[in-house]
Amino acid sequence: MGSILLILAYAAVAAFLAAVVWRGVKIARLPIHLRWELYPVAHEKGRASYGGSYLEEPNWWTKPRQSSLFGELKVMIPEILLLEGVREHNKSHWLRTFPFHFGLYLLGGLVVLLLLGSAATAMGVTISGDARLLGRALYHLTYIVGHAGLGLGLIGAIALLVRRVSDLDYREYTKKADYFNLVFFVVTLAVALVAHATADPTFSGLRAFFVQLVTFDVAASSGTAVPSALFAAEIVLGCVLLAYIPLTHMSHFFTKYFMYHDVRWSDEPSFKGGKIEQKVTEAMKYPVSWSAPHIRGDGKKNWVDVATSGVEEN
Amino acid sequence: MEKTKKRVKIEDISKKSKKLTELRKEDFKPLPAPFDTPESTPDFKPLSEKAEETYECSLDDTLAVSIPKPATKEEEDKLVAKFLSGLQKLFTKENNWTFLQPLLLSMEHCATCHTCSDACHIYEASGNNPVYRPAYRSEVFRRLYKKYVKHKGNGGMLQAWRDGEIDLNWTTVARLAELAYRCNLCRRCAQTCPIGVDNGLIAHEIRKIFSQEMGIAPKELHENGSVLQLKVGSTTGMNAIVVKDNLEFIDEDVSEKTGLTIETPWDKAGADILLVHNAGEILSWPMNPGAFAVIFESAGLSWTMSSELAGYDSVNYGVWYDDAQFARVAIQHAQVAKNLGVKKIVLGECGHAHKALTVIADRVLTGDLNIPRESAFVTLEDIVMSGRIKVDPTRNDFPVTLHDPCNVVRLMGIVEPQRRVIRKIAPRFREMTPHGVDNYCCGGGSGFAIMSGHNFGDWRAQIGGRKKIEQILNAFKDELDPSIQKYVCAPCSNCKGQLRDLFNYYDLWEKHSILYDGLVELIVNCMEDVEPGFIEWEMH
Repeated sequence: MGSILLILAYAAVAAFLAAVVWRGVKIARLPIHLRWELYPVAHEKGRASYGGSYLEEPNWWTKPRQSSLFGELKVMIPEILLLEGVREHNKSHWLRTFPFHFGLYLLGGLVVLLLLGSAATAMGVTISGDARLLGRALYHLTYIVGHAGLGLGLIGAIALLVRRVSDLDYREYTKKADYFNLVFFVVTLAVALVAHATADPTFSGLRAFFVQLVTFDVAASSGTAVPSALFAAEIVLGCVLLAYIPLTHMSHFFTKYFMYHDVRWSDEPSFKGGKIEQKVTEAMKYPVSWSAPHIRGDGKKNWVDVATSGVEEN
Repeated sequence: MEKTKKRVKIEDISKKSKKLTELRKEDFKPLPAPFDTPESTPDFKPLSEKAEETYECSLDDTLAVSIPKPATKEEEDKLVAKFLSGLQKLFTKENNWTFLQPLLLSMEHCATCHTCSDACHIYEASGNNPVYRPAYRSEVFRRLYKKYVKHKGNGGMLQAWRDGEIDLNWTTVARLAELAYRCNLCRRCAQTCPIGVDNGLIAHEIRKIFSQEMGIAPKELHENGSVLQLKVGSTTGMNAIVVKDNLEFIDEDVSEKTGLTIETPWDKAGADILLVHNAGEILSWPMNPGAFAVIFESAGLSWTMSSELAGYDSVNYGVWYDDAQFARVAIQHAQVAKNLGVKKIVLGECGHAHKALTVIADRVLTGDLNIPRESAFVTLEDIVMSGRIKVDPTRNDFPVTLHDPCNVVRLMGIVEPQRRVIRKIAPRFREMTPHGVDNYCCGGGSGFAIMSGHNFGDWRAQIGGRKKIEQILNAFKDELDPSIQKYVCAPCSNCKGQLRDLFNYYDLWEKHSILYDGLVELIVNCMEDVEPGFIEWEMH
């Protein structure tokens, strides 16, 4: 049983990474698009606070662009961690979605702590409430972060589900798969919470599983007794959920990067002979097949032909 | 978030009925006093019987696109097939490299959290009409894309379970055409989306299917817009001779008014600046190009206007509905500047022209056509703040507020130059709430300002521009007395067109002495070297 869970975990991680990379590469390989930025653009040094841009400068093309990574971080960190945009513009939804998302972040933190704990265990460090500093810190942090993550995530998922069921404005836009997704979260988090509340409150059982996971000790795991059916259910559900998330619209957890950096904040100007110009020149060679009378794309003429011809010539 | 009272489901768009939604004045969001009761505002004019009979108007009680009703089922089927082929082309890199990445991102990642709804002035003004929710149009389109493009219509029950129900029929297509023109493309909703989904972009892309594949677009934008501009040089219909004649008259008027001798330079090769106005200014607000000439001449700039095709009209309606028309006009603008050998193009007071040529065309204009473009607000700030013209702010001693054109502010980040000028020259300046990149559209954005067919003018005034009226009344709330003349500085031609219609509709000049005009008029009004009284305090 232990080895099946371990193999499932490897498969889930592989599926998760493969889906993220596949989607990410697919998006990144799309052709350059026309500029479509939206202000404030967070990296505009000295101007982002009011939404200004380098276009406010006289003869802006003669001056070096001043971009600020700190400016981006100042926006991105509260946006990612606290869901600042929802808090500012949709408070009632934030009260539901923030605990859900923050709970998931804490669970991400739990995974990190379990990995650290596994590495420490492999190096002979004892992890318990009365161990030395590192072992004690990992023990308590894992306990707090794990329970808080499961609890907040569960509360948030239930709150979101209730809203989608009871609020007509939301219900009318909710697909059956959306209900399934939320129920999936509720069940997984509830099972995990109960598993840790009853059989593995200190997460030591889960850490032991992680030790096998990071040491690739499939053989040893086959002889290991599974702590409880709930624990097995937690692992199975968690693994399936992990592999499932990037296949859905919930992949926004990483595609948001493209939405901000490639669209909303993509304000890089094109200069003669520059990289952007090269990409545009390539794109302008794509054949056009739009068939309205003023275009008459035949699949042979390209964008240059269309853009440099008059309406009457078509 | 205020709840929607009427119920319209996404899949209802495909179900045949007389109207998907009805517009009733009593449902609209109340305006501030004195327009705070339904009786205090004009009635929403219904569509004529003839229009109802002739055109596809089953979306709501107005018409923007005016598609004639197909005579037969076969005609309907042909149009649906055409829409479907356009839908498929929209998601290919060959036909839509221009917006494919942002579009796909917006198609795949909406969490339907409705954060966008409260940001939309149209949804709010309509009294939260569910059909005007920014996500409504997007969700319909998303379901069509997933069913008919991503899964090629073969997704079966699993696909419907995952992506939601939708049917593609003529009712859906006809309603979607109109629905794409119930959005100002101001992208305020996109600004608030926590994920980055852009409902404005989706409306823009739907318009492109209709125009680029089906040849369907509002007459004002296509036939009388970009087509006319590429043919005669301007959407106003003015050719080079007419425009030069008009400017000659304007020069005379302005010279007489200001006491200066003003002569607009034409086709001056090698000038530093090519100034391009929205040609609508020349016909409707002639003192605007006149004021530019006064300022540029007084500041001693090397500048010119062009009488080449499209060189005297900065508009580019393609940016609202058609990539091909957009690219053609943008290239023509750049070609004119290249022919003259100017150092830069300066765009006059026209918001969409700013964005079209400076930002969007940045990835169309290559090689020698990539001539630097600058906003007139920046040029004007440089002139005013450097002291190259002398100003006497006491001449502008009246309440002034500033309308932010979305295209210049939210979509280009040009926020402060115009403000620094106004703060210097208008001692009684006050901001609207909200303002800057958080501003509200005037309601004329994305071409609406020039669209008044059937009762669409009523829709613009009652719904599209309602929020702007509210903002203006609030900005002057302590000085609404008609004895106090007030000025809304709206440095954008299309915004001015919308404000002119709004002010006439609500009688703002007659009742409250609220006038609108541009930035340059305000500057010239306080220039020390100019005779006082440049601003004409009468409705125009």
